[in-house]
Amino acid sequence: MNAKETVVKDRRNPLKIARGLGSSQSGVEHWWTQRLTAAALVLLGIWFVVTVLCLLHADYATARASVAKPWNALLLIAFVLTMFWHAVLGLQVVIEDYVHTRWKEVVLLVAIKFLAVLGALASVLAVLRIALTP
Amino acid sequence: MAEFSLPKNSKIQPGKHHPAKDAKKPRTFRIYRWSPDDGQNPRIDTYEVDLAACGPMVLDALLKIKNEIDPTLTLRRSCREGICGSCAMNIDGTNTLACTRAIDECASGDVKIYPLPHMPVVKDLVPDLTHFYAQFASIKPWIRTQSPAPDKERLQSPEERKKLDGLYECILCACCSTSCPSYWWNGDKYLGPAILLQAYRWIVDSRDEATGERLDDLEDPFKLYRCHTIMNCTRTCPKGLNPAKAIAEIKKLMVERRSA
Repeated sequence: MNAKETVVKDRRNPLKIARGLGSSQSGVEHWWTQRLTAAALVLLGIWFVVTVLCLLHADYATARASVAKPWNALLLIAFVLTMFWHAVLGLQVVIEDYVHTRWKEVVLLVAIKFLAVLGALASVLAVLRIALTP
Repeated sequence: MAEFSLPKNSKIQPGKHHPAKDAKKPRTFRIYRWSPDDGQNPRIDTYEVDLAACGPMVLDALLKIKNEIDPTLTLRRSCREGICGSCAMNIDGTNTLACTRAIDECASGDVKIYPLPHMPVVKDLVPDLTHFYAQFASIKPWIRTQSPAPDKERLQSPEERKKLDGLYECILCACCSTSCPSYWWNGDKYLGPAILLQAYRWIVDSRDEATGERLDDLEDPFKLYRCHTIMNCTRTCPKGLNPAKAIAEIKKLMVERRSA
């Protein structure tokens, strides 16, 4: 489609185009949650790295026992949930930025949410199996 | 997807060369040329200008080229002193005003001049700013009040007036918005740094009574939250303003009026 055709097809006033569908009255929730999860991940991330470093040369039984400790299991679940949550929020921004075909955008936005929930549930299940199996 | 390469008919081709005769202090300018009328791709024309017989600013050189070498060169200019914002263009890789950018300040070698990035081009160095201006109109850039109009002027304390410093100086040249990658990819919906700075100018005005409505209008993933603090806006502003800070202040107010 060349520029001249567009002009004929689109007789809207520029202000009508600029105002579009108006404000969606959302966005601040996403922005704030992204920052809250980021702050949480700083603390949980440090804990996670330290915990993993402590298990560096440990055998399987020791590592399993470490995950099974109540505090470690709790923090590990918190870390995994926050990480998936934060990842979805970040990926959403990337998709909104760069994917401009509406149906692809919607499919991707829904897909990352489904995958993140699955990933989070699987991770929690894995930790719980270790923590709750005697 | 966002387009990262130019469409076929926008690919730039080599253009004409205009050598200077007997120049005492020659400097070469490489300038983007495109006309909607001839069906040709854009091209880069090179002009040799004798700086010994030319004013110090890039605009002086452009006008010398237009007056003495090639009258078909098309550009906007008006005040030639950095207050109208007409001659905003991409000079030496940076969006700035041709009238306040000294030729000497440009990196050594040829001076490269392009129109503002990622805007539709009307001709040569003239971008189509229709949507940019419509976005400005969409934020209702005037005082909005509920209380009846007073008989005399609306008073403002010196402290309240001070809050407009660094905002009221914006001349809407569009250098910042067209330097912003978020505005490049989502400029149809994202308001961009210039318009958001203008929006903040009215949000923070002590006389305006529509602060809440203004924030309501901006609370949107695209209108406001496409800003990812890339900071190109602040780096490029030819007036030395800080649109990124204005946007950050709007985001702070958005959080302030809700529960944490």
